[in-house]
Amino acid sequence: MTDNISAKVWDNVPSPFCGIASDDLKIEVSGSGVRVLANGDAVTIPGFEQPVTDTAPRIAGKQVSLDEAVQRAAAILKEARLPVFSGFGTDVNDTRAALALIDKVGGVFDQARAGSGVRNLLVLADSGWIATTLGELKNRVEVLLVFGSDIEAAFPRFFERFVWNKETLFGQDPAKREVIYLGRAPSGDAAVSPDGRRPQVIECAPQHLPELAAALSALARGASLQAETAGGVPVAVLEGVVDRLKRSGYSVVTWVAGQLDFPHADLTVQQVCQAVTVLNKETRAAVLPLGGQDGDRTASQVCAWLTGYPTRVSFARGFPEYDPYLNDTARLLKEGEADALVWVSSFSAAAPPAAEIPAVVIGRSGMRFDKEPEVFIPVGVPGIDHAGHTYRCDTVVAMPLYPLRDCGLTSAASVLAAIERSL
Amino acid sequence: MLIKLTGGTVYDPANGVNGQVRNLFIRDGRIVHSLSGATPDQEYDLRGKVVMAGAIDMHTHIGGGKVTIARNLLPEDHRADPEPRRGLMRAGCGHAAPSTLTTGYRYAEMGYTAGFEPAMLPTNARQAHMEMADVPLMDVGGYVMLGSDDFFLRLLSSGSDQQLINDYVAWTIRSTKAMGIKVVNPGGISAFKFNQRMLDLDEKHAYYGVTPRQILKSLARAVHELGVPHPLHVHGCNLGVPGNVETTLNTISGIEGLPMHLTHIQFHSYGVEGDRKFSSGAARIAEAINANKNITIDVGQILFGQTVTASGDSMLQHAHAGHAHPDKWVCMDIECDAGCGVVPFKYRDKNFVNALQWCIGLETFLLVEDPWRVFLTTDHPNGAPFTSYPHLIRLLMDKSFRNDMLSTINPEAAALSTLGSLDREYSLYEIAIMTRAGAARLLGLTDRGHLGAGAAADITVYTDQADKEKMFTRPAYVFKDGELVVRNGEVVKIVWGNLHTVRPEFDGGIEARLRDYFDRYHTMKLDNFIINDWEIEDDGRSKILVHPCHQGARS
Repeated sequence: MTDNISAKVWDNVPSPFCGIASDDLKIEVSGSGVRVLANGDAVTIPGFEQPVTDTAPRIAGKQVSLDEAVQRAAAILKEARLPVFSGFGTDVNDTRAALALIDKVGGVFDQARAGSGVRNLLVLADSGWIATTLGELKNRVEVLLVFGSDIEAAFPRFFERFVWNKETLFGQDPAKREVIYLGRAPSGDAAVSPDGRRPQVIECAPQHLPELAAALSALARGASLQAETAGGVPVAVLEGVVDRLKRSGYSVVTWVAGQLDFPHADLTVQQVCQAVTVLNKETRAAVLPLGGQDGDRTASQVCAWLTGYPTRVSFARGFPEYDPYLNDTARLLKEGEADALVWVSSFSAAAPPAAEIPAVVIGRSGMRFDKEPEVFIPVGVPGIDHAGHTYRCDTVVAMPLYPLRDCGLTSAASVLAAIERSL
Repeated sequence: MLIKLTGGTVYDPANGVNGQVRNLFIRDGRIVHSLSGATPDQEYDLRGKVVMAGAIDMHTHIGGGKVTIARNLLPEDHRADPEPRRGLMRAGCGHAAPSTLTTGYRYAEMGYTAGFEPAMLPTNARQAHMEMADVPLMDVGGYVMLGSDDFFLRLLSSGSDQQLINDYVAWTIRSTKAMGIKVVNPGGISAFKFNQRMLDLDEKHAYYGVTPRQILKSLARAVHELGVPHPLHVHGCNLGVPGNVETTLNTISGIEGLPMHLTHIQFHSYGVEGDRKFSSGAARIAEAINANKNITIDVGQILFGQTVTASGDSMLQHAHAGHAHPDKWVCMDIECDAGCGVVPFKYRDKNFVNALQWCIGLETFLLVEDPWRVFLTTDHPNGAPFTSYPHLIRLLMDKSFRNDMLSTINPEAAALSTLGSLDREYSLYEIAIMTRAGAARLLGLTDRGHLGAGAAADITVYTDQADKEKMFTRPAYVFKDGELVVRNGEVVKIVWGNLHTVRPEFDGGIEARLRDYFDRYHTMKLDNFIINDWEIEDDGRSKILVHPCHQGARS
């Protein structure tokens, strides 16, 4: 343990919590306490400052040794016919270790946030897209179109870091950039330009977002619409948006899939993506699907390279099978198909869903339960307690994570490997 | 551990051994002259078997962002080729863009012990390394992509001193733990972001005002002056465009004698003759290669069937996306650094263009005289998945088989090709050059690709068969660093390979300049961009092997 008296300050710390991998945080560590001194926000501050509570594993609420907890977890998995693993919520190594175990026990890999990720992944695998990254956005975007999402609620520093930056590589004055919110208004002023220009906001009722996307896509293709409004928005206004994108040398269209929370939202995402693809016949435009908080893109990336599929993969038949509907933890629990739940979450302290089946939680210290799981093994956080790697939302940049403190917490990867060895 | 391999017929071109019966000895993972009287712990009777060094694939897309995009793009391709967990092998999936574990198993099962990822973007190099770390049984390495990155183009367009460019190139190689430099559609990936749709060799980039020719010369010179063993690895302009044979010939002459490797040259060897305005440029390309000793190539052979093309060339992948099969594709602009395009494709033997592409690749193999300067690739997965290598080897070694295949393809294409009149058949010795000795020499791997004393004991033992496809599909034994990992085409032990790198020297001044640049324009800090040794080695699987550069020795 480090001594509690001398605090240590770290600069340029990368955040695994925010999905945009801000790596300019200044962080003070004193004993097990962590404080964000600079460049924190409403996502990264609670992410880093979550206090360490438990350091000892428990079985049915009773403190036990790590070895006992590992043995009990292994026993549950040996008995289980279909264990479902979810959370993830993890860095590269934690995910690697989990997938080795899931493969061995014939379980299912799912993620707490898979539902939103799948809205994008289904589009990728059905029609593809033309995408861009945060660095291109920062240096190149002329018009930013936000579809059906409130960015700053989920990504508080998005505008500061990538839109209202001070300078760009290609001589553009970022302060002159245009922001259009289509379908939903922002909750705050992050999208207001440094010289006080407010974004253009075109609102519609949430249930009309699919219609709006379809109209946008049709207009981008050059169709003329008979209707005068789409989703309550005058078609002339939408024509103005498409025209603005067509006149732009480089536009970026973004959305937060987690906020497009309605059935078959993938079809709406697809319309938006196809509008962008069509724009590229004449000019340049690209999509940037936002997401990736708490390592969810990370776990999905690792799953993709190790199994060939991005998420919701079952090993029950001895080889990986991808099914974004059948391998949904909520469904497996509700239908009684899963007979053990393993929750692996080293970034987020959010608790697993309550389940009637035996639950093993390999989770961030500080996790609180409505229903105590059969086994709880508190683990440290990659980027605070251990080295590791995390992806940001564009899935291009993987950021190294560094150990900042040592308060004796083990890593999820080592717990998962120990369980695998005990089988 | 002492191992004796007794009585095999050895093909070891690096040491001039051509089909002689030899005993080989392994001590602690290395080949030695003899066991100095000691009794071997293990002896393998290799009488009647063919012995070569482990094969090296010097251009294969096995790790990095675009490979994982390809994986996510094609779940149906994976569903058709599941790899169940069996024995020591974990589950995965195969075909066009296999999972990393399956990639390693299947390469090893064919006798490959090393593969090099040719398109590692600087900002995505970390991912490429993490994926390659999950490829078992193989040594790996990567060529880092420059030439469409803003920092380099800015240096070039402002007329910077070559020394400064060399410093930047060296810094990039070291920071990304690379083995060499790749350039893809020089300047073109960047130009596409400025809405240029083509960039010919002497065409100016709309923003920087530099041409691909200038980019190639500057980078080739940097690589040469830094003493990086692997010459500049070039994916040229105008990939897949009819008439690009002229561009390729101009690229060869334009490099003015500097060492240059032209990759997947098949895709750059198209003429515009005939009614269809699409013809083979292979003869002219081969003639130029035969005449220019500074040039090496790999072919990028296409083979018929479904695959996926994954390339850094966002400009031309976008231009060709209309041919996607199935009809879906991804293009990406990446970090003012690079880009990528992933387009699934089905090569059809009855399609005129595809059939002629097949002929052009094979003509190239057969017309280039020096096997030390031509390498066996399909540009996996772009021309075909790497699992088709044994079939390709048979096409090269067996003229009657080749002509049988030729008689089944689009007849118009077959009639236009000279393939049927080419009698050459590759020998085992020449195959060993192309897939082992030559590849190791091209990369500067002094202790791989051969069977002399001191070499790492990466060894593949085949059972000689008339059907070379069968022979190269299932080796009798494969040793990785002296450990038996494959027996009769089945994996019997899992080991993890090494990461091959070079560390050219540079003046530290470049880093201060880059630090400021990262702070102002990038989205990550320079210190977080640089890949540390612990990231590769700390989990105890991969070891970093650093090969020497010979700075100043070759100018």
